[in-house]
Amino acid sequence: MKDSLILRASAGYVLVAAVVFSLFVLLRGHNEPGGGFIGGLIGALGFVSYGLARGAAATRRALRLAPIAWAGIGLALAAASGLPALLWHGEAFLTHQWLSGTPLGTTLVFDLGVYLVVLGFGLTFVLPFLEE
Amino acid sequence: MPNRTDWLVALPVLIPALAAAFGAALHGRPRAQRLLTLFSAALLLAAALLLLAAVADGTVLASQMGDWPAPFGITLVADRLAAAMVLITAIMYAATAVYAFADRGAMAEEALWHPLLAALVFGVASAFLAGDLFNLYVWFEVMLISSFGLLVLGGGREQLDAALTYGLLNLVATTVFLIAVGMLYGLTGTLNLADMALRVPGVPNQGAVAAVAFLLMAAFAAKAAVFPLFFWLPASYHTAIAPVAAIFAALLTKVGVYALIRLFTLVFPASQGWVGPLMWFIAAGTMLVGVLGAAAHWEVRRILSFHIISQIGYMIVGLAIATPLAIAGSVFYILHHIIVKANLFLIAGAMQRIGGSFSLARLGGLWRRDPWLGLLFAVPALSLAGLPPLSGFWAKLLVVQSGFAASYWWLAGIALATGLLTLYSMLKIWLEAFWKEPPEDAPEAAPLSRRERLLLFGPVVSLGLITLAIGLWAEPLAAFALAAGEQLSTRQEYIRAVLGGGGTTP
Repeated sequence: MKDSLILRASAGYVLVAAVVFSLFVLLRGHNEPGGGFIGGLIGALGFVSYGLARGAAATRRALRLAPIAWAGIGLALAAASGLPALLWHGEAFLTHQWLSGTPLGTTLVFDLGVYLVVLGFGLTFVLPFLEE
Repeated sequence: MPNRTDWLVALPVLIPALAAAFGAALHGRPRAQRLLTLFSAALLLAAALLLLAAVADGTVLASQMGDWPAPFGITLVADRLAAAMVLITAIMYAATAVYAFADRGAMAEEALWHPLLAALVFGVASAFLAGDLFNLYVWFEVMLISSFGLLVLGGGREQLDAALTYGLLNLVATTVFLIAVGMLYGLTGTLNLADMALRVPGVPNQGAVAAVAFLLMAAFAAKAAVFPLFFWLPASYHTAIAPVAAIFAALLTKVGVYALIRLFTLVFPASQGWVGPLMWFIAAGTMLVGVLGAAAHWEVRRILSFHIISQIGYMIVGLAIATPLAIAGSVFYILHHIIVKANLFLIAGAMQRIGGSFSLARLGGLWRRDPWLGLLFAVPALSLAGLPPLSGFWAKLLVVQSGFAASYWWLAGIALATGLLTLYSMLKIWLEAFWKEPPEDAPEAAPLSRRERLLLFGPVVSLGLITLAIGLWAEPLAAFALAAGEQLSTRQEYIRAVLGGGGTTP
């Protein structure tokens, strides 16, 4: 399959499109169906299709960090999103805080964390299969 | 202005979560990962000590995650038992983390070892604090996933085979658990344990409640590896690398026992008439099958695996008798057992490093080669068998005493007989591995370097000292266990802490 010129040429565009769409789904999840979990799955699929076209090594380069490291960063973000409540507001862990008057807040950080965990773990399991 | 309660209860969840997260993010940087693991273990120890100090006087701390009020959101609760379990988890985290620095299997896959160990501790510590049945289920899943990863570390064919058995049978138990959670939610309309405790007596269909209680008992019994659902444990534990086997032996089955204690003191207290007799049967069967299985084996780790099972039986005895004294016996037994059992598995790993094998037939002369190892083995081994003045003696005394006090003579008798047979197994290891002349075909093992000795023996010595300390100053821990048993039996403080003043009594 790696020999298909069309697949190889389009792989980069498909990856960009999939990541942009996954971020859209991530943000949409704020009030409508979507969110970090499904967004992360879509993003991971983008990287998997890239890997099918260009090989696992190229996918790892495109990711910059090891997939498991992305999952770690995601888990750290999700856990950290619960900290402002504890640190400054005297409220229970994971009580979410909002930038006054905007829909931006720690929930977005939490969701981004979930996105990265799903993306990272998904690719941790799938990439070794592309290497065989 | 930070709120003390919210901090104390959240930290044991947060620290290992961040340790797992940063451990994974630092993939490929072994030095940073090592420092991170040591740092988080120390932090978790400190956090657990603070938590225990805060609940030692009998207060129950509860924190509502995300500020969602009690029966609807996720509640983390710490009472005496939960805080003590978190502390012992932290001790195990520190001990195995240090030991693993000298373990070839763990260090060969270091990049995964550090985050997986933290993830396991994350699941275990959080499960002890869960005040919500579904949340408890999620922590069981976290534990299952990370333990599956740990089990295949150093992955040979034998380990993959064991991991498959382990994963499959645990998945079945987890699924049964999930089904029971759904049914119980259907019956009571709540997932919060404290709220459930109030609502269960008011459910019109008590037959269905009994069925759900039985399902939950079966699920947790499988997790705790009690008779007759224990078979996954001896099929898998002996293949894991030494630090993994130690932390599994210490914590995994005990989470099942903890869940049994929590559920059957809080939500389904003795009101269910069939629970007691069934628990006697399970306790007696577990003690006997475990200890007889151990007597039949000639491989150190297999012997120790079967002893985990038989010792779980003692913990179930407390639940079967269900007086506050008996539950205190279970609590004391769990705390003593975790330290002793983990220590024995760590020592088994050291025996393999020094003697070259896990098989009693091929080991020999360890006493001459390394007398310190013999001494270090003797402490937890004799404690496991229940000889005074070690911790196991007091643990068995409490359990047997509660059996006599409630006139369960035969159960107390089986407990005593099991103790004797345990002594037989420990003597067998002693005579074969340490005392007899090394056999002709004894494998050659490279001597340990100074650094390796320090890393392997440091945790073993520390755990041995804890065992000795509990044995010589049993009074404070016994008083604590009695207070914990009392608190578990009365329930009100727990329910009040979670639901606030009124609760939502139907």
